[in-house]
Order: sequence, then structure tokens, then C-alpha cells
Amino acid sequence: MKLTFGKLSAFGRALLRHKGAAAALAFLSVVALVAAFADFMPFDPFRQRLVDALKGPSQAHWFGTDELGRDIFARVVYGARTSLTTAAGAVAIAAAVGVPMGLVSGFFGGWRDAALMRFVDVMMTLPAILFAMALIAILGRSQIAAIVAVGITGIPSFARITRAQTLTLRSRDFVVAVEAFGGSARYNMFRTILPNSWSPILVQVVVLCSVAILLEAALAFLGVGVAPPTPSWGEMLRSGKSYLHEAPYYAVLPGLILTLTILSFDALGRAMADLLGERYEIRKSGSEGAA
Amino acid sequence: MPLAKPVLSVRDLTVAFGGTGKPVPVVRGISFDVFANEVFCIVGESGSGKSVTSLAVSGLLPETADVSGSIVIGDTEIVGASAAVLRHVRSQDLGFIFQDPATTLNPVLRVGRQIVEGEVTHGRLRPSEAQVRAAELLREVDIADPVSRAQQYPHQFSGGMRQRAVIAMAMAGKPRLIIADEPTTALDVTVQAQVLSLLQRRQAETAAAVILITHDLGVVAEIAHRVAVMYAGRIVETGTVDEIFSSPRHPYTRALLRSIPRGDAVHARLDAIPGQPPTPETLPAGCPFHPRCVIGKERGECRTTEPLLRPIGADQQAACHFAEEKLLPAEARRTDFSGPAGEKAGDSLLEVDALKVHFPVRAGILKRVVGWVRAVDGVSLTVRVGETVSLVGESGCGKTTTARTIMGLVPATGGDVRFEGRSLLKLSSSRMREARRQMQYVFQDPYAALNPVLPVEEVVAEPLRLHGLYETAGGAARIAELFEMVGLSRRMFGRYPSEFSGGQRQRIGIARALALNPRLLILDEPVSALDVSIQAQVLNLLQDLQKELKLAYLFISHNLSVVQHMSDRVAVMYLGRIVEQAARDEIYRTPTHPYTQSLLSAAPVPDPTLGRTRRRIILEGEIPNPAAPPAGCTFHPRCFRSDEHCRRVAPSVVSYPGASIYVACHHPSDPMIPSIVREQSMEAGE
Repeated sequence: MKLTFGKLSAFGRALLRHKGAAAALAFLSVVALVAAFADFMPFDPFRQRLVDALKGPSQAHWFGTDELGRDIFARVVYGARTSLTTAAGAVAIAAAVGVPMGLVSGFFGGWRDAALMRFVDVMMTLPAILFAMALIAILGRSQIAAIVAVGITGIPSFARITRAQTLTLRSRDFVVAVEAFGGSARYNMFRTILPNSWSPILVQVVVLCSVAILLEAALAFLGVGVAPPTPSWGEMLRSGKSYLHEAPYYAVLPGLILTLTILSFDALGRAMADLLGERYEIRKSGSEGAA
Repeated sequence: MPLAKPVLSVRDLTVAFGGTGKPVPVVRGISFDVFANEVFCIVGESGSGKSVTSLAVSGLLPETADVSGSIVIGDTEIVGASAAVLRHVRSQDLGFIFQDPATTLNPVLRVGRQIVEGEVTHGRLRPSEAQVRAAELLREVDIADPVSRAQQYPHQFSGGMRQRAVIAMAMAGKPRLIIADEPTTALDVTVQAQVLSLLQRRQAETAAAVILITHDLGVVAEIAHRVAVMYAGRIVETGTVDEIFSSPRHPYTRALLRSIPRGDAVHARLDAIPGQPPTPETLPAGCPFHPRCVIGKERGECRTTEPLLRPIGADQQAACHFAEEKLLPAEARRTDFSGPAGEKAGDSLLEVDALKVHFPVRAGILKRVVGWVRAVDGVSLTVRVGETVSLVGESGCGKTTTARTIMGLVPATGGDVRFEGRSLLKLSSSRMREARRQMQYVFQDPYAALNPVLPVEEVVAEPLRLHGLYETAGGAARIAELFEMVGLSRRMFGRYPSEFSGGQRQRIGIARALALNPRLLILDEPVSALDVSIQAQVLNLLQDLQKELKLAYLFISHNLSVVQHMSDRVAVMYLGRIVEQAARDEIYRTPTHPYTQSLLSAAPVPDPTLGRTRRRIILEGEIPNPAAPPAGCTFHPRCFRSDEHCRRVAPSVVSYPGASIYVACHHPSDPMIPSIVREQSMEAGE
């Protein structure tokens, strides 16, 4: 349940010993590194050569080419950039809004809690994809719009998790102690409760990354994600599906990478939850001495 | 008795837990016999292996435990026995009483059904007779109206009644051996007295052998016939209860007995045992007690060879190389110790005036207020500079709520709290912050009171940083000074609270409370979560700090001997009210309120001779629900002196000229004639 900086390295080691988590981490690191250093690689996702259109995988084009003769592998690599940055931005927005909401809600209770949680309930009744599409219709098609849309749909989960955590910590003696020696509510929320809540929030970050990537891909697939010609995995699935017969690799290979990425985030999140839940439990006080 | 065959015979029992690395021995070769019709107490501090021993005897240890040696119950060997054999033994010969009655009973089964479940399953009782039998069992443990009680669920029982039901269940099959693991630790003093006397009576009636595991020497003196003292996985001394208490031969037993506060030596400093009990992973070489021992610390033999248990007297055995040595009284009690400040206390620092804290009880979907819990209902007390005032009472009496309201952590419903003459209740939040610097709180549970993600020096520095005083106060040097004040070292900087033991954490909590140079500390059960030997260290530390820093203490506790040791004045609380308040010696010598009298007589005394001669008032019933307190005097349903008047009219507080006593009772004993008072109350109580 508890992550301190002292235990962070131990946690890292435990994560690497976990087979599923280690594999997921390895895959995600490769994807992230390739996406980060894509500019230094000898290929261009935008160069069109109509002569080479819809050629199968070869030495020159590992994943083949699309209908405009663009290198699919290059587009997958740049698409990773879109996916990862969208996910990161969305999760950042969701956490930045959701976590303080949960803290306030759980710490003060009463009308603040009621108001915030009813808002969260309303958010949760809206289908994420419909909500995102509506928002993009207002904001226009851009990566920023996608980030904001996906980010907002992630707020409720952070708010709820943080609220639950805050509720359990609120009445603990070390929180009351800070109040007793004169700490303000804000200090207590952000300096005492929040650092004691990192584990579930961290797990949620990872879980939400997979959700955000999927949602971003879905938006692109529906044609409301990032605007072409910016490469995006969902966009590639969308155009690839028209050529499923003649060029199955066109949709399948980007789809495979997308699936693997989402699975990896999910596996990582599960492993972290397992490890944190089991090994970081707060020691219960001994009732031995209570006379 | 020596010729009789023991009910339980344990030989060379060792228990080790594997875990990841090499096995850690928790019980290291112990042997003992328990005979029919006796109570055998195993006493020890946490980690001494006493609970593991009881689990081993009942065959309840987890698979990961590595058990060797021999445990024979009747004629059956338990170690390595098959599940079928174990089940047979448990059904025939064994009864269990666990620590927490709240978790022993299955909440979804009727109590009556649960207590006869075993007998029905094993075919000793026909289902058609089960109800009658259940009621009979409940009657045997003094539960009023047993027929309808048997139909109720555990949540409808109070804590003491649940433990009675558990005792009824344990004794249902008339087992030859009963294992009771801390059976009264979760109960209040007055309820503990009821349950102990019930256990004693039922044991005598059934002639069962009882193994009672406890950390409380008072309980041992009260109930045991023979005693085994455990330390670091071994029995270090065993003997009859009188031998153990009157002529203990092992230095640990002696030290343990000296470290508990006792009424006859209130002006003396406690002889704390230095250091920490060892953990199974960090056993010292040689005698495991030598680093903390007054006689063995410097001797080579103690450092190299672990002593074996050997006979000392007729029935007594001790595991000490020097058990025969006539001990100089460990260290002459320090005479310069002045004890609590007494008469010379100065001006009043904290005044609590008719404080009321009521919590609304809400029900229904609209959350309408349907009633009020009067947690604190008109409490008045004064704490003067440099003195200790104690609030004593059983759980639920409102002592912690009173303390937290004084700190401003719980809003008051009425009354006033003044600190240095200034009312705290109407202060703005910034003024309140300032006022709080003068007044600090020490929490009961040292495991919960420290922020687990901060290194300890930051925990102590936090109040200073919050008030922006860290640099002015001297930064890290000030923190080191605070650490030294509470007996810790600055070498501990950088470590996290989880790396410290309970006693050390409580010291850290005290250091944090001292950081802002307060004048008043509110100590909420500061030692009740600690082992006896550590408790004495912390109490001594608190008294030293008080003298050194001229601190005033508001000391909250349910432990009457600790309170007697620490206080100048004592206030006894019952259901949100102070029923009696007086100077320490007056209240302990001549208690006037019937509740005070019964509290004092219910507390177990760690002295078997005295325990046998004194007569006890055992209160009936338990603390009523504070949401629906009885009319009139709230104590009247349990009081042995109540009459019609008490049932109708709540008593007001009266004081006695010439005595410091304030008492809220229609029929107080007159403090001026103590001897008669005693006899009267005793008669009434019998």
C-alpha cells in the first residue's frame, strides 16, 4: 500500500523479477525509445511513392507500404509517438484534475463531497467515446482536442480512487497529528495524504494509459482523432481495413503493435497492483500490550 | 499432584518459520506439563513465543511452520498427527478461548447455534435438544435470560457477553484442556474482572486444565496456579504463582515484576528493563537476556553459553547461570525522585469548564437527526503548570473525545476550554494555530501516529517547519537535541518509522510533541500499546521530561496503576461525566464514588497474596450505550448503592471541606472515615 523513496528501488527490483511485468516493461521501453528517437532513423513516414503502393513486407519496407506508397513501419513508429503523447497528456490531465477532486471530496466530506461525487457520477454515465466525439466536434480535430477529450473521460477514476484512499487515511492518527500541531487542511491533503496514496494512483496511471491509447485509436479509427497526414495507429487501421483482402499486413501489423502496447500497459498495471497490495501493507499495530 | 498423569505434556518443542531465507526459530525447545484442575499461565512480552506455543499445542500452526519435539494431550501425540486425529482431539479434549471475542464468533449465526455446533457435529447432541443445551450453557456462564439470548446474533451481545459465550462454547464438550490466549486483553477492567472470575469458577467446576497466555502480570497473579515465564522463545523460569511473585530467581522475572507500577511505591522511579526484547532473527549469543540483564551483562559465561532450565526449589526452575546468587536489590531505588509535583503546582494552565461534546445520530434517507450521543457531557477540570492530571475510565467513557476537543480536533457543543485564561473555542483558525503550539498531543498507537513515508527526523521536524520555525529553532541541531531528550540518537536519522520498535516510535512521537516547546502535553494512553518492560522506560522518560521542562500533563489512561504512578490529581470518568475527582493519594486511599471503588477493586494486582485476601466488588453489566444513557444517575443500573432517588435524579457535584474530593453521587462514602467506608462498600458488593 505504501511507496516511500527508500522502498522505490526495492519495488523496481521486485517488478523486474515479475516475469510478466518485465516483458511488458521491455516492450514498452522499446516502443517509447523508438518513438522518441524516430527522427534519427533512416525513414520518413510522409514520403509517398505511388509506384511502391501496397507492396508487402520486404527488406526495404519491413511492414510493407500503404496505398500511397508510404512506409508502414515508419508510420507505425511515428504513430507510437502520437499514441504515447496523447496517452501521457490525457493521463496527466485526468490525474491533475481527478486527484485533487478526490482529496477534497474525501478530506472534507459533507456538501463538497456530495457535489463533486455527483459530478463524477454524471461523467461516468456518459459513454466515453460519445463524449470525446462531442468534445472534438466543438474543439475541432487536433491532437490537443484528443488529449483533452480522453483526459476528461479519465477524471472520474482518479477522483474515486483518491477519494477512497483519502477516506481511509483521513482518520488515521498521523493525519490527525498534523492537524493537532497546526497543519492546514491543504498541507494535510497534499503533504500527508497524497504521499501516502501514491501506490493506487500509480497503478491507475498505468491502467489509464492503456485505456487512453485504446480510446485515441478508436477516435482515429472513427475519423475524429488527430488530423491526417499525422500518422496514428487508429488512422492506419481505418485506411487499412479497405485493403484487408489485397494487403492484410496493412491493418494487421499496426493492429498487432497497438494490441501489444495495450496488453503491456495492462500487464504492468496488474503486476504493480499485485506487488503493492501484497508487499506494501501498513503494519498493523500489535494489540498485545493493551492491558 | 506430581503422581498424576498430566493432561498435556510438552517436550523439547521447537517451532521455526521458514519464510524465504533460513528458518527462524520462534520457540526454541520448551518443555512443560499441565495437570488436571490447574491454571497454567504462560507470560511473556510480544515476540516471546507464547502465542506460537499455544497454537502448536492446538495443532493450528500454518503449514509453513516447522514443528519438532513432542506434544501429548491425554495419550495422543499432536506433532505430526493426521488431520483426522487432530480433529478428534480438538473435538474431545480441547477448548479454545481467543483474544478478541468480536472476531471469534461467526456474525451470521445465532449464538445458541454456534456454541453447540461442535457437539451436534460430533454426534454428541441431538439437533432437537440443541436449543435447550445452548440455553443451559449460556446460563452456566451467567448470561441473563439465556433462552432468548441463545436466539440472538453476536452483534446483539456486548463484548463481555461475547467472551462469556466463547467460554461457554469452549467448555461445551467438557474438554480436559482449555487454551485461553489473552482472553481478557480486549476487555475493560470491570468486565475483565467478571470474565476472569467466571473462567476461574468454570475451571473449578469442570476440573479442566487451563493454559492461559497473557502479558499481564496482574491477571497471572489473579488466576494462575503455576506460571511459566517466556523470553526469546524459551521458558526462563517456571514455578508456582507464589514462588514466581515472592521469590523470582531469573533476573528477567525480577526485572519484569519491578518494572510494573505498583501502589506501594508511587514515589519511586520505575526500574525499567533497558533495551528491547530480541526478535527471533536477532538473538544475541549466549543467554538471550544478557544484554539487558543487571547481573549477566558483564559476565563471560552469560555471553557465551545459553543457560538451561534447571531446578532451583521444590517446584521452581530457572534458566540462569547465577540463579542462586543473592541479588542486591538491583539498584537502590533513587531517593531523590520527588514524584509528581504535588502541592507546589503553580498557576492554572488549562481550564475546562462544563465541556460538552454531543454527536448527532442520523437515520433514514434524509439523514435526519434522531438522537444525540453525549460523548462528553459537562466535564470540568483544571491542569496547573507542571502537574499531571489523569483522566481514567473504561472504553467509551469519553476520555479521548475530551482530549481531542481540548486540542480543537473535535468541535465542542457547549462549555469552554481556556488555556492561560484565554478561551480556545472561539479563536480564529490562525489564532488556534498559535495556541496549539503551547499544547501538544501524544497518541496511543505508535504504529499509526507517525507518517510512514517521512524519515523520522522529518517527522519530528514537521511541526517546526509548519510553523516556519525550523531555521530559528536551530534546524538539524534542534532535531538531534530532541532525539537525545527522548533517548534516541541522531544516528537514526534517515530511517523510516516502520524500522523502529513500538517503544522507539512512541519516543519519536514524544519528540515531535516537544518540538514546539509546549507547556502542556495531552498524553492519550501513551503506553497502553507497549510491552511492560518498554512501558516503564516510557513512563520514566515522561517523568524526567516533566521535571526538566516544567511540563503539565493531561494523562489519559484506563490503567489504574499507571495513573497512580504518574498523577498529581485523578479524575474518573463514566459515560461522558467526571464522577469523582481528587488528589491522587486521596482517591486511591479513600475512593468515595461507588464506581471508583469498583474500578479500583477490579484492577488485577500483581501480587497473589494480596489478591487472595482482598475482597472485590465485581460490577454487574457493562457500560450502557451513550446514545441512550440511563435516567437519573447514569451509573445506577450497575451501582451497588443505588436507590429510587438515583434512578430519578442525576447527582450534582459535591465537595468535602478539608479534602480535595469532588464527587457526583447521592450516596458517596465519607472520605473522612475510610475504614468504615471500605467495609460498607465491600458488603454491598458481595
